[in-house]
Amino acid sequence: MPGSLDERLVRELSFPRERPWSLYDHPNLIRVASVLCFLTAWEIYGRRTDPLLLTYPTAVFWAAVQLIRSGELFRQLLVSLASLSVGFGASLLLGVGLGLAAGRSRLAEALLDPHINALYATPQVALTPLLMMWFGLGFSVKVVIVFLFAFFPILINTASGVKNVSGSMVEVGRAYMASERQLLLKVVFPAALPFIMAGVRLAVGRALVGMIVAELFTAITGLGAMLTLYGNLFETAKMFVVIIVLGLLGVGLIQATQALERRMARWKETERAVS
Amino acid sequence: MLEVRHLSKVFFEQNDPQKPGLIALYDISLSVRRNEFVCLLGPSGCGKTTLIRIIAGLLPADRGEVLVNGNPVTSPGRDRCMVFQQFGLLPWRTVLGNVEFGLEIEGMGREERRDISRQYLELVGLKGFEDYYPHQISGGMQQRVGIARALSKKPDILLMDEPFGAVDAQTREQLQEELLKIWAKTDTTVIFVTHSIDESIYLSDRVVIMHSRPGRIKEEVAVELPRPRWEGDVKADPRFAQLRARVRESLRE
Repeated sequence: MPGSLDERLVRELSFPRERPWSLYDHPNLIRVASVLCFLTAWEIYGRRTDPLLLTYPTAVFWAAVQLIRSGELFRQLLVSLASLSVGFGASLLLGVGLGLAAGRSRLAEALLDPHINALYATPQVALTPLLMMWFGLGFSVKVVIVFLFAFFPILINTASGVKNVSGSMVEVGRAYMASERQLLLKVVFPAALPFIMAGVRLAVGRALVGMIVAELFTAITGLGAMLTLYGNLFETAKMFVVIIVLGLLGVGLIQATQALERRMARWKETERAVS
Repeated sequence: MLEVRHLSKVFFEQNDPQKPGLIALYDISLSVRRNEFVCLLGPSGCGKTTLIRIIAGLLPADRGEVLVNGNPVTSPGRDRCMVFQQFGLLPWRTVLGNVEFGLEIEGMGREERRDISRQYLELVGLKGFEDYYPHQISGGMQQRVGIARALSKKPDILLMDEPFGAVDAQTREQLQEELLKIWAKTDTTVIFVTHSIDESIYLSDRVVIMHSRPGRIKEEVAVELPRPRWEGDVKADPRFAQLRARVRESLRE
């Protein structure tokens, strides 16, 4: 056993059994210290500045307590999440569905191509005022905007993922007499899944942007509306609470997608480690 | 069993319809008996892979026909199974899942296909590796999975397209021997594509020598070496050396 030989040699040469303690082995310690330093500096500087322009960490904390106690934060968060999930769900279904079609069939690709390219190249924010005219200021317009923001990365990644499935893989399916349906479900889709998930990860971030854009424009409900409201009231601390919640939401959602990605594409593990 | 009649195949340049096509196969006729082991031998570009793919039903023939048990081949069928050069395993499936693939496509129930797949994994010497993913095992083992997957469908004809081309020399010899042992146990007909002279003589009953431009059959050489060939050193047999010289000569012309 090489292990025991190593062990013996370590003893024989009387090497220390462990590496000496080093700060570099504990990057989290450095991270925490860095954040604490930043917060302290902010606190000191923030207390000396005009409260209309800037706030400070303890004030943000108390504002958060207040918003949570009153239930406002939670209520608005739920409203935002509702439009986010419906819009994102729709873009996931349509994006993957149309992406599979466009990747598999040259006819579907040629049919969809011009529309997708035109829409994708247009900054989606530019469509917002128009969409508000069509869909009003309520739930549906938010869903549509979230959908438009998230749809394209999913569609485009799915289509190129499907096109990248190696011909030999498809040939294996055909050699074993898979029907087109079986080919799609058992060969093409799983093979394209890592691509699709990369698109989903991009789309999650964009969906969040879409949600805030929609709420800032419509300014009636949701976290974006809270931002507008407290901005108008010059309650800077409360604005920060909303911003921090949005940040946490983004981090949480992206982490969740990454976890899902790892689970669904476990076979890619080694390849990812290399790249 | 297998009858190839006056088969020709032309490939056209994809982006230039004016360009004359490349004649990949020209007037190929070949007949293979039940339980025979036939090697298609030739340099790259001689159309041997094209031929085996047409027999598999993965490519249409332009002229002529392929008959299996008297029935013309137009698409892949359950009487023929293919073992691919690059193994053709699905990387997201485990070893067991890959062997199951063919039976699953057929619509066989989970328990039954698992049982059968396990039997064939044992046959190719991969018992205990059921839950590994392809990237976790060696190339030689991956090709055993490919062979188990093909055999699990109990094909009449096993089509092997340079199956040992992507593994190292030692593994290759080992796999050749095991293939012969498996072939002795099952009663399949094997069509085996290779560009190795030694491999073709060691394995087959008959070596079909192909030439390129256009791809055609040059000559067929019967290999009448005694079987089983894994006992003793067949490659040291003087008859083996004669055959090797003869085949090499034929390839060179």
